Amino acid sequence: MDTWRPPVQGICLPRSASGPARTGLSPSLTAQARGGGDQRAAAPAQAPPPRARDVTVPRHARVDVPVAFRKEAQRLTMANAAEQWVLVEMVQALYEAPAYHLILEGILILWIIRLLFSKTYKLQERSDLTLKEKEELIEEWQPEPLVPPVSKDHPALNYNIVSGPPSHNIVVNGKECINFASFNFLGLLDNPRVKAAALASLKKYGVGTCGPRGFYGTFDVHLDLEDRLAKFMKTEEAIIYSYGFATIASAIPAYSKRGDIVFVDRAACFAIQKGLQASRSDIKIFKHNDMADLERLLKEQEIEDQKNPRKARVTRRFIVVEGIYMNTGTICPLPELVKLKYKYKARIFLEESLSFGVLGEHGRGVTEHYGINIDDIDLISANMENALASVGGFCCGRSFVIDHQRLSGQGYCFSASLPPLLAAAAIEALNIMEENPGIFAVLKEKCRKIHKALQGISGLRVMGESFSPAFHLHLEESTGSREKDVKLLQEIVNQCMNRSIALTQARYLDKEEKCLPPPSIRVVVTVEQTEDELERAAATIKEVAQAVLL
Amino acid sequence: MYIAMILPTECRPEKQNGKPHINMEIEESFEEAPLHVMVFTYMGYGIGTLFGYLRDFLRNWGIEKCNAAVEREEQKDFVPLYQDFENFYTRNLYMRIRDNWNRPVCSAPGPHFDMLERVSDDYNWTFRFTGRVIKDVINMGSYNFLGLVSKYNESMRTVKEVLERYGTGVASTRHEMGTLDKHKELEDLVAKFLNVEAAMVFGMGFATNSMNIPVLVGKGCLILSDELNHTSVVLGARLSGATIRTFKHNNMQSLEKLLRDAIIYGQPRTRRAWKKILILVEGIYSMEGSIVRLPQIVALKKKYKAYLYVDEAHSIGSVGPTGRGVSEFFGIDPGDVDVLMGTFTKSFGAAGGYIAGKKELVDYIRVHSHSAVYATSMSPPVAEQIIRAMKLIMGLDGTTQGLQRVQQLAKNTKYFRQRLREMGFIIYGNDHSPVVPVLLYMPGKVAAFARHMLEKKIAVVVVGFPATPLAEARARFCISAAHTREMLDKVLEATDEIGDLLQVKYSRHRHSARPELYDETSFELDD
Repeated sequence: MDTWRPPVQGICLPRSASGPARTGLSPSLTAQARGGGDQRAAAPAQAPPPRARDVTVPRHARVDVPVAFRKEAQRLTMANAAEQWVLVEMVQALYEAPAYHLILEGILILWIIRLLFSKTYKLQERSDLTLKEKEELIEEWQPEPLVPPVSKDHPALNYNIVSGPPSHNIVVNGKECINFASFNFLGLLDNPRVKAAALASLKKYGVGTCGPRGFYGTFDVHLDLEDRLAKFMKTEEAIIYSYGFATIASAIPAYSKRGDIVFVDRAACFAIQKGLQASRSDIKIFKHNDMADLERLLKEQEIEDQKNPRKARVTRRFIVVEGIYMNTGTICPLPELVKLKYKYKARIFLEESLSFGVLGEHGRGVTEHYGINIDDIDLISANMENALASVGGFCCGRSFVIDHQRLSGQGYCFSASLPPLLAAAAIEALNIMEENPGIFAVLKEKCRKIHKALQGISGLRVMGESFSPAFHLHLEESTGSREKDVKLLQEIVNQCMNRSIALTQARYLDKEEKCLPPPSIRVVVTVEQTEDELERAAATIKEVAQAVLL
Repeated sequence: MYIAMILPTECRPEKQNGKPHINMEIEESFEEAPLHVMVFTYMGYGIGTLFGYLRDFLRNWGIEKCNAAVEREEQKDFVPLYQDFENFYTRNLYMRIRDNWNRPVCSAPGPHFDMLERVSDDYNWTFRFTGRVIKDVINMGSYNFLGLVSKYNESMRTVKEVLERYGTGVASTRHEMGTLDKHKELEDLVAKFLNVEAAMVFGMGFATNSMNIPVLVGKGCLILSDELNHTSVVLGARLSGATIRTFKHNNMQSLEKLLRDAIIYGQPRTRRAWKKILILVEGIYSMEGSIVRLPQIVALKKKYKAYLYVDEAHSIGSVGPTGRGVSEFFGIDPGDVDVLMGTFTKSFGAAGGYIAGKKELVDYIRVHSHSAVYATSMSPPVAEQIIRAMKLIMGLDGTTQGLQRVQQLAKNTKYFRQRLREMGFIIYGNDHSPVVPVLLYMPGKVAAFARHMLEKKIAVVVVGFPATPLAEARARFCISAAHTREMLDKVLEATDEIGDLLQVKYSRHRHSARPELYDETSFELDD
C-alpha cells in the first residue's frame, strides 16, 4: 500500500480534505505527513512551507493526498480492508472506463442533482399583486350586511310590555294579571321596607357610583353588603358584582385558564357557558345530573393524568354545577358531587341563583338543603336579582378563593360598581330574610301545592323538583318541529294571559346554546301567591292546555 | 422608548418640529419620557422583584410571617388554585401600595366626597377603620363628568317617585317578563338624544360590550381592534369567535394597512374573503385621555366597506358642543357610525349601557342579544336617573343647565390641562379630553403621589401595571363640570407642590416665562 498512488488525484480530493479531521490526526502529525508527501508528490517548487493550520486548504490538500490516504488506510481494521479494496477497484475501473461513459455518467449525476434541488411541483407565481390588482380586489369585495334582516313579527320584537312594577299583580300589555313569570320568589320587589332602605340610600348617595371598585367606586354600603352576605352564608368572604349575569361568567375565568379542565353539567345555564368560553379551558360535558357519567369522565381524566403526571400537577380541575338548574328546575346531587370532589381532587363551583334565598331552613341554598359544610364548596355564586329582588350578583367562599377575584374578576375590576341604592335594597332584603326564616317553608309548601295541581295535564309534562319555585311545563309529545312547539306553547301562554295568569316561555338563543333545552313554559312560584291564586292558575293552565292541545 | 413603539409618530409632532410651544396646535400629545426616568423605573421594578423573591424565600422558611390566606388543610393536595408566580406581583409589589386603591367612600361621589379613614397594622394586608371620616375630599377620581351625581335634591324627584312605585328589581329578562314601560321610554329618549333611529339599553356597561359584540360578528369575520381598547371590548371580541387583529393606538396607517391586507388576502389558509370587517374603537380612551380620530376612521371605513363600532363610554355627554359624544365633536353624522355604544355610568351618573344605530341593527340586537335573553333588565330607578340626566342635557327640562354643564366641563378641561402642562408635567391625550393622565412612571412615586394628595384632601386615581404598560404608571384626573375654579386651583397647587417634591415634572417642553436655557439634549443630561 505504501507504494500505491491514486491514479486520479482529483477523485480522492474530497476524502483527503476531510481525512485528517475525520481520523483525528493531530496537527503535528498531519504536518509530518505532509512533509513526507511533499517529496513523493513532486510538488511544485514554489509550494510554501507547510503550516499546521492549513490542513483543509485545498491547494495543500492536493499535495497531501497520498500520504493522508495512506495514513488513513493504515488505521483501517482488517474487516474494513476488503471494502477498501472494492473502492480501489472501483476507482481503477473508473480510470479505465471510456471517455463517453464518464461523460454520460457525469451528465446523469448532474441531472440527479438538478432533480434533487429543483422543486417537485411548480408553486403558483408568487402572489406579488400589482397595485392595480390590489385596488381591483378591494373594489370587488362586498361584505355581508352587518346584521341580517329580522322579520317584523319575530316574537322577540313583540315582547310583553309591563306597565308599572313587575310585582305580584302585574299589568302586562295593558291587562292586569297575577304574576307567575318573574323570579320574585320572596315577594321583596315591592316590599315597603326594601323601598324605604333604597330611598334612604338615594337621599345620601344619589344613583350612580361613577367608577369601578378600585377607583373610588367602593362605598361603605358595598362593604356592608359583602359582610352581610358572608355572614348570612356563613363563609369567610363575599364579593359583589354589579350584574347577575356577569358574576359566574367572570368568576369562572378568574380561576380556570387555558389548559385547565372543567366538568360541566349539560343543562348549565348560559352565563356558565359564557364563563367557560371566556376561560378557554378544556370543557367536558356530563349528562344532566348523571353522577356515573361525571365519574366516568373524571376517571378518564385520571388515566390521562397518570400518563402525563407532570402536566397533571398543574392542571386544575373544576366541576361547575347549578343548585337548582335554570333550564330544568332540578336540583344537583350535591352530596355525591362532594364525594367525587375529594376522590378526584376537583373543585366545585356552584351557581345558586335559583336556590339562594329559597332552599334550606334559612334560605342559604343547596348546601343547607343537604346539610353540607359550605367550606366543602369552593365557590358559590348567585345573583341578587331573584330572591333579593335587587340587581347584581355575588360570590362567596373561603378568602383564599374569593379574594383572588378582586384583581382577576373582569366584571368586578373593570365595571362600575353597583349603585348604592341597589346594594342598600339587597341589605334590607337580607334583613327580612333573617328576621322571617319561616318564609322559606311557606314558599316550599306553595311550590309543592302547584306542582301537585299541575300533574296529570294531558299533553303537558311538569319538569323540575316539587320544591323548586321555578319549573317547566314541557309538551308531552313534540310535534316534531321546534317552531311549532313554540307556537303551541305560546298559544297556551297567551290564553292564560287573557285569563289573568301571566306566564312566559323560557327563552333561549337557539343557535348560541351548547345543548338547547326543549321549549317550555316556565312557572314561577312566589310567597305572595295565595292558595286561591295557585289553584286558579293550575286550573287555568289545565283548561287552556286541554283546549289548545286536544 | 416604549412609547415610541406604541404610539404613532404623527401623534408626537413636538418631536419633529424642534422647539415646542404651548400655542402650537398639538391635538394630542404623548411626550416621551427622558431616558434616565425609564432606566430608574425599570430599576425600581427590578429591585422590587428582587426583594419580593427574598421575602418569598423568608416566608417559605417561616422566618417572615405569611399574611396571605392559605388553602385549607383538606385541600392541600389539590392542584394549586392559582399559580404562585401569578400572585407574586400582587403579594410583593401591589401589596406595598395597595392602600391607594379601593378607598372606601361614604357619601355621594360629587365634586367633594367623604372617605372612611382606614389604617393598616400589617403593611396593607388588612385594613382597619378608625371610625373617623375624612370630610370634603376634592374628588378628582370619579367619572362624574357633568356633575350629575350628587346626594338627593329636588331635581331627582322623579327618581324617587319611580323608586317608590316600581321598587328596585325587575326579576326577569327583557324577553320574558322584564320589559317595563320605563325601558321603552328610556330607549326612545336615547335614540332621540343620539339622533339615530333606535336604541336598546342594558343593565351593565361592561356587559353591553361583552354580550353584544358576539351578536354582530362571528366565525369568518374580522375584528380590527385598537390595541388600547377596554377589557370589555376585548372580551366581547374574544367571545365572538371572529379573528381579531389589533392596530396601533389611534394609528390610521396601521389600520389602513390591516384593512387592505385583510381584503386583498382574505382569511388565512382558506383565502376565503372575510364575511365582514368590524372596526372597534373607543371615543375617549380612559387610560390615555386620547380621542379617537373619527373622521379618518369613517373615511377608511367607507373606502374599505368595513363596519364601525364606537364605544362612547367616556365620551358620551362629555365632549361635543351639546354633549352628544365624539361624532358631534368632529361634526360627523352619527349615521356614519354603524354601531354606537355607550354607558350611563359616567356622564349620566347611573349604571348600564346602550347600543344605538339603524332600526334593523337594533331590532337584530333586540332579538339576539345575550343580555336581552338571559340577563335581568335594568333597575327602574336607575333608568329614571338616566332619563332625567338626558333630558337635562337635551334641555327638555326647560332650562339651559345641561348645556351650561357641558360648556363648563370643556372650560374646566382646557384650564386644567393647560396649567398642568405649564407646570412641566408630562400629560397624555387630547386637549379636549376630560380624562387627564399625568405620567409618573415610577411605581414608588405613584404611591407617594396618591398618599400626599390624600393628605391634602384630594382624591386622585393612580394606575400602574397591568392596567398600563409596565413603565408608564400614571395618575389620572377626571375633570367634572361641578368642579369650581377654586377646587381646580387647589388641586393644581397641590399637584405643583407634590410634583416638585417627587420631581415628577418630566416634560422637556416646559413652558414658562423663564427663557429656555438648555436645548433638549443637554437638558436631558443635566436633569
